[in-house]
Order: sequence, then structure tokens, then C-alpha cells
Amino acid sequence: MPLPPFQRLVDDHGEDVFRFLVAVAGAQDADDCWQETYLSALRAYPGVRSGSNLRAWLFTIAHNKAMDTHRTRARHAVPVGAVPEAGEIAPAGTPVPELWNAVDGLPGKQREAVLRRYVADLPYADIAVAMGTSPDAARRNVFEGLRKLREVWDER
Amino acid sequence: MSADRMTKLAERATAEGLVDVAYTTVDSPIGPLFVASTDKGLVRLWFGAPPDSMLEQLALRVSPRVMEAPAKLDPVRRQLDEYFEGARTNFDLPLDWSLSHGFAQRVLEATNHIPYGQVSTYGTVADKAGNKAASRAAGRALGTNPIAVVVPCHRVIGANGSLTGYGGGMAAKEYLLRLEGYLPPQLA
Repeated sequence: MPLPPFQRLVDDHGEDVFRFLVAVAGAQDADDCWQETYLSALRAYPGVRSGSNLRAWLFTIAHNKAMDTHRTRARHAVPVGAVPEAGEIAPAGTPVPELWNAVDGLPGKQREAVLRRYVADLPYADIAVAMGTSPDAARRNVFEGLRKLREVWDER
Repeated sequence: MSADRMTKLAERATAEGLVDVAYTTVDSPIGPLFVASTDKGLVRLWFGAPPDSMLEQLALRVSPRVMEAPAKLDPVRRQLDEYFEGARTNFDLPLDWSLSHGFAQRVLEATNHIPYGQVSTYGTVADKAGNKAASRAAGRALGTNPIAVVVPCHRVIGANGSLTGYGGGMAAKEYLLRLEGYLPPQLA
């Protein structure tokens, strides 16, 4: 199958990529990360193998952009005692900020796996490729993350 | 998807030279027109909103970096507006012939020389394209003219004077020929 017109990647996945970035990079940086994600994707697009999973590819770029933003912020941060690990991830106007805070508090790999599964809506096989693990490990990370979230939720 | 976010992306992508095929839709008296340009020039002009297949054809035959980037089509929009106001009798736009080749392209290039307000026949443009006997093939080439209106296939009619067919519908062909003064203005 030939590569679809790039505009379709914006129309079909742009909104979901944005939601993912709000969750991973924070509401404040999501806009910039979204622009950078799509510009990077457009630069690389002609070299993408046709038949690739383009949605998973976009979310991998988005995740990398969000991590770049975290690193840049960490480098420029002024030490002020307790530093939040990944910033505020609750999307603006979110109905359950406690849940987002709980997601934010998960260990790195579980947090990443849960976001990729439920915010990016990716199958385990794609999460595994993106995180460099096996599908089983991806699945375990998601379930461990969900179990912790349930504990936090029940203790409210 | 937020329109601001899309507009900003299209602007940045254009500024970085990453948009190989820019497209938009332009309003006209014969309905919305889909227009697409490359760095070489206008590559597509067709009637109505683009079906997916039209964008897919551009992705396959020109480049997959196809984006809605209206600002890149500003000169095309301006000249079309002037044409439909009756203020322009000649388009001054570079053309990209990527979507046609061979005999069909020669027919279209011959058609492109028919002056405003005049008409020619299928046989004549076939002859100018190098095959006098191929008037039916010329008809097919004109029916799939990738750059309608600007490459004036509406100026080609049957040898008996009948308007025959048009990709944008007969009403559009009549409208254009009245606008250009070949047909008398319609009485209200």
C-alpha cells in the first residue's frame, strides 16, 4: 500500500496525538511538542516504508519530543528542593485530577505503558516496539500500572 | 482538530520547504474548485471538494508530502478571482504537467494555446498534438484534464458546434463560454 497523503495523518491522528502530549508533556508544552512532532514526521515521511504502522510511528515521535522537553526543562530548572518527576500531566479541565496525579506518580515504565495503551490507544505489539521490550513485558507494565492506579483510587 | 494548530503547522511546514504538494479549495461562481500546486506550478484544478482518491493520486504520483496549505495557493486564488470577475483573459501561472504525459499532454498543451473567447474542435487539437485521426483520444485526454479551467478544455467543442461534454458538468462549460463571450450572455 502506498503512503497516504500526509494531511491524512494530521486529520486522522492529530487530535489523539495532542491528547497524548497533554498527558505526557503537560498542557503547557503540548502545543509546541505537537508542532515539532508533525514537522519531524513530515521531514522523514518520504523515507517511511509503505505498510508501516503510521499511527504508532507518530506516537513514538510524539513521545520522544515530550522527553526532549522534559530534559530541556530539567537542564534549565533552578533547584528548589523537591522537584516534581514529570510535571503536571492532568489535561486542562480534566474531570478527575486525582486520577491523573496517580498516573503521574507511577514508575516510569508503567506510566509510559499505561499512557501508550490508554491515551494513544496503541496495541501491545506497538507499545513493545516503541519501548524496546517484548509484548509480554509491555502488557505486564500496563497491568502493574493499572493495579497501582486501582489501589490509589480505592484509598481515596 | 484546532484550526489554529493546523494553520500554524501548514505555515511552518511551508516555510521549511517541506510541503511538496499544497492544496486548498477556492470558491467560484461554478462552485468550489480544488486546487493543488507543487514547486513547479499548478498541478491540479478540479471541481468540488477533493475525493480521497484525488489526494491519493497526488501522493502516489508526485509526493506523499501532501498538505492543506492555502497560503501557498494565494496567486492561483487571486488569478481565478480576476478571471471570474471578467478582469483576466490569460492565466499567468507556471504549470506542473506531472499528471499527464504523451499524446494526452500534447493535446492539453495545444488546448492551452486556444485564446480566450475562442473555441477549437477535438479534431483540431488532435491534429496539433500530432495525430489528426485521434479526435476521440483527444476527447478522452480533455475529459481527464488535470488542470481544468486554467488549461481551457472548455474551449474545445464538437465539429458540428455542439458543446459535447465537460468534466465539471455542461452548466459549468456554458457558464465559462458565456463569461468569455463566445456564447451570448444569458437573458435573465
